[in-house]
Amino acid sequence: MAALDAVETAAPARRRHGLGVVFWTAVLWLALVFALALLADLLPLADPARQALLARRVPPGAAHLLGTDALGRDILARVIYGARASLGIGLLAPLIATLIGATLGMLAGYFRGAIEILTIGATDVLLAFPPLVLALAIVAYLGQSVPNVIAVLAVLTVPAVTRVARAATLVLRERDFVTAAQALGASPARVLLREILPNVMLPLGAYFLLLVAVIIVAESILSFLGLGVPPPAPSWGSMIAEGRDSLDVAPHIAFIPAGIMFLTVLAFNLVGDTLRAITDPRHAP
Amino acid sequence: MLGLIGRKLVYLVPVLLAVTALTFLIAGLLPGDLAIAMLGDQATPENVAALHKKLGLDLPLWQQYLHWLGGVLGGDLGTSHRTGETVLHAIAGRLPVSLELLVMAELGGIALGVPLAILCAVRPGSPFDRAVSGVAFASLSVPPFMLAILLIFVFALRLGVLPATAYVPFSQDALGNLRAMALPGATLALLEWPGVMRVLRSDMISTLQEDYIAMARAKGLTARRILLVHALKPSSLTLITVVGVNIGRLIGGAVITEAIFALPGMGRLLVEAIYLRDFVVLQGGVLFVAVGFVLINFVVDLLYAALDPRIRHGRA
Repeated sequence: MAALDAVETAAPARRRHGLGVVFWTAVLWLALVFALALLADLLPLADPARQALLARRVPPGAAHLLGTDALGRDILARVIYGARASLGIGLLAPLIATLIGATLGMLAGYFRGAIEILTIGATDVLLAFPPLVLALAIVAYLGQSVPNVIAVLAVLTVPAVTRVARAATLVLRERDFVTAAQALGASPARVLLREILPNVMLPLGAYFLLLVAVIIVAESILSFLGLGVPPPAPSWGSMIAEGRDSLDVAPHIAFIPAGIMFLTVLAFNLVGDTLRAITDPRHAP
Repeated sequence: MLGLIGRKLVYLVPVLLAVTALTFLIAGLLPGDLAIAMLGDQATPENVAALHKKLGLDLPLWQQYLHWLGGVLGGDLGTSHRTGETVLHAIAGRLPVSLELLVMAELGGIALGVPLAILCAVRPGSPFDRAVSGVAFASLSVPPFMLAILLIFVFALRLGVLPATAYVPFSQDALGNLRAMALPGATLALLEWPGVMRVLRSDMISTLQEDYIAMARAKGLTARRILLVHALKPSSLTLITVVGVNIGRLIGGAVITEAIFALPGMGRLLVEAIYLRDFVVLQGGVLFVAVGFVLINFVVDLLYAALDPRIRHGRA
């Protein structure tokens, strides 16, 4: 979760001509991970839950492309099915948070006054709590399930989205086209939906991708601590946690899911940061 | 400046009150009955009811909250039903570990991030700058537990130079303590420096374009003097906020790092309280951490204002 702070204060990326090779490599990697996750059932993969006591901790090779884990389960299959959990939670939680946060942030930024003070005060209160402890406590209370993990991570992400949406709205409400719409007698609802929303969507869209990266990490932390995706369904975080016990004899069990997760998170950050630099309201003409 | 402090204080009070209310609610929502937890499953309904009355659990929620808040304001965070230890005592035992970790993380992060930021800002876009900025950006995508496992793999398992889990209190064995804290400290420092570096680099690049820097150059001052004396201080403002927020965050302990390296810090205290359903410790611990976070941010805001003349004189 600390990554959120770093992302918000991140330096703007250098302006380049075009989006660059790195950007497109990241997009390609994400497309590959998405495709594998979506098509997992159609691919000739081993059963990710099937244990084989005679083929435990097999290093990567012909029989098992990425090897097997301490229970003899195929790591390739588990990584791909784990991608479903990571991407599913990583996309849904920020989506819910963005819907709620954008609404709150736009209302606060547009109407100012008491609404703004209350909204920002509420985000200050929520941000004061250690997010991981809060997430663990709530999942422990609600019960360990995928929808609960999504709900908790979404709630914890709302304050950050609210602030971004409010900041963007504060800039937009002073722009001429908004003043013009107001002068023409447009209702606040119309101004918000027709003038402000389309312009807030750009920075929020870029921020959404950065949030996906943060949430994939957050989910993996919950799974690593045993309170994320319930077993035996594979998740990148729990795979790394299980691999920790075999670190000495079979480091590939932890490092293969760790590497794939790192590349995926990095790709989301790269794409998000590039788009953020383009759509940053501070750099708008 | 006094007006600014006053305005911030007026805002601080309701935020702190809301923090206490939310803390109370969260711990109160956790499943299980404190009285049954204390008496065991075999308790008779009469005994449970008697204990409810004694603990005030039969009162409406808002009365329980006011009662609890009164205790908190008097410095009483409650007593764990599991260990019989007061929450304040438990925090006092765990906080030094987290503080030591915090100091190592921030010092390491600053020692690594500040020089790199200055070197990058001198020639933005140079191969050195692009390499360091690239590594910093990539580091932001590394989850803490991944870094911890990597360090354990390299330094504890392969090289065998540092222990992974061998915590001893500093007072018992200073050297052993530092050796045990080296890997967790390094884990956090390696997570800290990219934020430090990126913020200072970008602020420093814009400072170096100011007229007074050109003036200093024209006067023939050395590059070292210009960078360290004229440019560093005005560029450090955002950095103070970033470090301040991180310190506030780490007061709550580094949950993951403490778990992996088996350190008895604040993070472990809170996570154990969740797993063991120790409501009172969870409530008191979370409140301590959240209030600490709010207060540190308050101090950072004031510090920021005190250092930035534009805000100090109310012109920004």
